[in-house]
Order: sequence, then structure tokens, then C-alpha cells
Amino acid sequence: MANFEFVLPPAPTTDVKTTYGQEDMIQRSASDVPAPSRQLTPVAKLIDVSKCIGCKACEVACLEWNDLKQEIGYNHGVYDNPLDLTPTIFTVMRFTEWVNPETKNLEWLIRKDGCMHCADPGCLKACPAPGAIVQYSNGIVDFDHDKCIGCQYCVKGCPFNIPRISQVDNKAYKCTLCSDRVAVGQGPACAKACPTHAIVFGTKDEMTKHAQDRIKDLKSRGYANAGLYDPPGVGGTHVMYVLHHADKPEIYANLAKDPKISAVVELWKGATKYAGLTVMAAFAAVGVIHHLVTGANRVSPEDEQKAEQLTGSTGAPRSRV
Amino acid sequence: MTAYDVEKGDDVHPGHPVKVDRYTGGARFNHWITATCLVLLALSGLALFTPSLYFLTAIFGGGQTTRAIHPWIGVVLFFSFAGLFIRFWKANLWRAEDGTWLARLRDVLTAHEERLPEVGKYNAGQKVVFWSMTLLILTLIASGILIWDQYFAAYSDIETKRFAVLIHALAATAIICVWIVHVYAAIWVRGTIGAMTQGQVTGGWAWRHHRKWLRELVTGPKPK
Repeated sequence: MANFEFVLPPAPTTDVKTTYGQEDMIQRSASDVPAPSRQLTPVAKLIDVSKCIGCKACEVACLEWNDLKQEIGYNHGVYDNPLDLTPTIFTVMRFTEWVNPETKNLEWLIRKDGCMHCADPGCLKACPAPGAIVQYSNGIVDFDHDKCIGCQYCVKGCPFNIPRISQVDNKAYKCTLCSDRVAVGQGPACAKACPTHAIVFGTKDEMTKHAQDRIKDLKSRGYANAGLYDPPGVGGTHVMYVLHHADKPEIYANLAKDPKISAVVELWKGATKYAGLTVMAAFAAVGVIHHLVTGANRVSPEDEQKAEQLTGSTGAPRSRV
Repeated sequence: MTAYDVEKGDDVHPGHPVKVDRYTGGARFNHWITATCLVLLALSGLALFTPSLYFLTAIFGGGQTTRAIHPWIGVVLFFSFAGLFIRFWKANLWRAEDGTWLARLRDVLTAHEERLPEVGKYNAGQKVVFWSMTLLILTLIASGILIWDQYFAAYSDIETKRFAVLIHALAATAIICVWIVHVYAAIWVRGTIGAMTQGQVTGGWAWRHHRKWLRELVTGPKPK
């Protein structure tokens, strides 16, 4: 018999109240939502690249919280492991060995990649399935898998190449910013697991202020171009980076310098949709009007007689209507 | 000695009225398979094109099945239309009188057949529909495969797919418009639909709309 007693505290599964829900949607793919009655405080995850040690605790925490199982993979001879996002890997560390041309120092740049939760989400704009992608007033962009049809339009809409489509259920997957945890007052699993506080989570205002302190510190230590990555081309993001070389985001494993929804996608989802429907309706309308104006184009009895003469049809013609 | 544009199975039967065989059973079967595919593709495509028509996915059993089945219908249409192309391409080659016919489109639309040149099995309007369908179906199958991501996602990059999906939407809009013209012309010009249902038209119809073709059926191919 054990001579000690250890009782775990009860799991917080009762009396859990969510702080936001359906009524807080500000955008819903391929459909409209009523304006919400309140504005949630915008949240943000701040990833300080300069503090990241590449331990991948965030990757593990993400898999753990989202209950994602991985097949045993392969070591590709690089630190990037897994190599890319997949339908069951919502975040990956991307490692870049970069020689700073000014100092000739080798800098090991490690960027945690995943959904940026854009204020102007290209995935949501491209999505044809009503309600499959939603955006809450706190800034979180989430996928509703029951409504996803697997068309991969979100992949084309996303300026960051984030959504991945499962070959198992043909649905799109990406980071949820732990919307389920945030809804009960928790931070994302990755932020909770980060041992160096390179990932922190809070309100967007707090995170922006915190970033400014970090940038000041980096500048004092020689990183003259340190800055915040909150790209205005997509209306700002709810996942932001502190970069020591904010003037060159592309050195961080091709982080987009000025991401915005592709003009091709805007054209496809904008003018083409309205012009296309208008042109089709116009063609049909012209047909109806033409028929009303000119009436049917009928073959006359004279036409039939001419044909009979031409073919040398003999005998008395049958009565014709 | 080649026929001007008489197709296999075309024949004339003197009588009251004269009956003219225009499409064989095979051609009609081939046509209606293609037509069914085109309508199903338009319905499923429009459902994914605009949220206001998303409800059309219900016809196909929901969004997932609509997304899954649309490309396969496209494949059937591609091969079915290829059959039509092989049957019809020769008689759809552009002829001297086609330019004149098209230039007198006003007379066409006001049913002044007497002011139009005699034309063969197909008039210029039908030829424009035929070649538009051909080019648009080629565009749609090519751009469609580029965005058939369930199987071909890895074969092109995202930027290519963005252009492909835009081109696919534009070509689809165009082909639906061509289809409207095709269907409307068949309805407006009475006596036409029988050609694709019974396979026959009356001699008067052929005299009025495709006199050169009728003459050739009666007199046989012109010696060259």
C-alpha cells in the first residue's frame, strides 16, 4: 500500500464559461453575419525571433493540445523537422543560416511559422463554403471543418502559404490560435510551452508595447534594423514577429516582405464574380427579349414546296397544318 | 471527289414534306452526353463560383461531393466533346460565304433569310459556337487540371493555381454564354431541335437555313 496520497486537482471541465462565440463573428466566408453587439479586445501572439532557441517545445505543445498524431518521419539532414506544415502540423520552426554581410557573422535565424491570423484574411475571402472560415472580433481566424468542402481555395487566397488539406478527410487545417483555449481565458499552447518566452500572448496593444521594449533592447545591442512584423498589407496580423532584421523579413525562411492578398485572387473573387453573373444574365435576357420582339423563326410552306421541287417529290402533297 | 460539308449519315428523303437526316443516332447520343455534362458542370461550377448559388451543391449531395465530382464530370465532357469534335470539325471549317453571313448578322437576327448567302451544313453562327466550345473546353480542362488539387496539387505552384482558377472562372462564364446562344438559337429557329432528338429536319428547314447542304444532298458532291 502506498504510504502517501496524491490527489490531482479536478480537471476544469465543469462550469467552464466561454468568453466569446458565434455572436462575436465579424466575418464568415461566403455569407454575411450580423454586426456583433460588442467588440472583443483584439488579441495577439508575439513571436520574438531573437529569443527563440529552436527547441520545438511549441511544436510539441501544439500537437499535444490539438491531439495530433504523427507518423514516424525521416531525418532530412537539416534542423527543420518536420520539413513543412501538414494537415496535422500547424506550426514548424524554420531554420536559416544567414551570413550577415556587415559583420560577416553567421546568424542562425529561427522562425516559428504558422497562421498569421490576418485582419484581412485571404483564405476567408477565397472560401466558397458558407461559414467554413470565420473571423472573430478578437482577431482569431478559424476554420469550421464541418462546413469545409476541401476545394483548396483558401490555399490560393492565403498570402503566407499556410492552409494544408488532409488527404484523409479532404478538409483544410491550420493553427487556430488555440481559439478554444483563448475562449476560456487561456493562452495558446505554444506560448505556454515556450521556455524562453519567445512566444507571448495577450492583447494586441500589450503585445505591440512589449515588442517596442524588445526592439529598443535589440537596437541598444547593435541590431539597428530591429522591428515589429505586423504587415499592413493584410490589415495587420494577430500573430506578430519581433525581427532583429525587420528590413529584410525574407531572410527568415522567405517571410513575405509586403504580404497582401494576390491581385489575381481579388480579381477572381471581386470583379469576375459580379461581371460574370451580369454577363450570363444579360445573354439570357437578350435571348428572351429577341424572341419577344422578332417571334419564332418558322419554316414557311413555300420553303417546304421549294424543297419538294428540289428533291423532285411527286404525288399530291399531304395536307399541312 | 469530296463532299462540300455533308457528314456521315446525312441523307434526303423525298416526300411531303421532304425529310432530311441530319444527325445519326451516335451523334445524337454523343451530343446529349456532352450536353448533360455541360449542364451539370455549370450547376456545380456556379455553386462554387458565387455564394449566392452555393445552394446548388444540394443537387450533388453537398459541398464536399460537389467539389469532388465536378472535375470528373469535366473529364467525361472532355472526351465526349472530343467525339463531337471528330464528327463535326470538317463541316465547321470556315468558308467564303461565312464571312458574308456574319457581316449580315442584322438580317440573321431579323429573320431575313432571303438576304443571306446559301450556307452548308453549318452557318457561321454555328461555326463560331463550335470553335468557341472547342477552345473554351481546352482552356477549361487545362486550367481545371491545374486546380484539381485532390490529385494534382503538387504539380504546380500556388501562383500558377491563382491564375488557373481565374482563367477557369472566365472561361466558364464565356462557355455558359456560348451555351445560352446555342440553346436560344435552337429554340428560336423552329424545327431545329428535332435534328438532335429525332435526327431529322424537314426539307423546308434545310431549304431555308442550309440550302447549300440540301442542294448537295440532292445532287451529290460537286465534281472538282
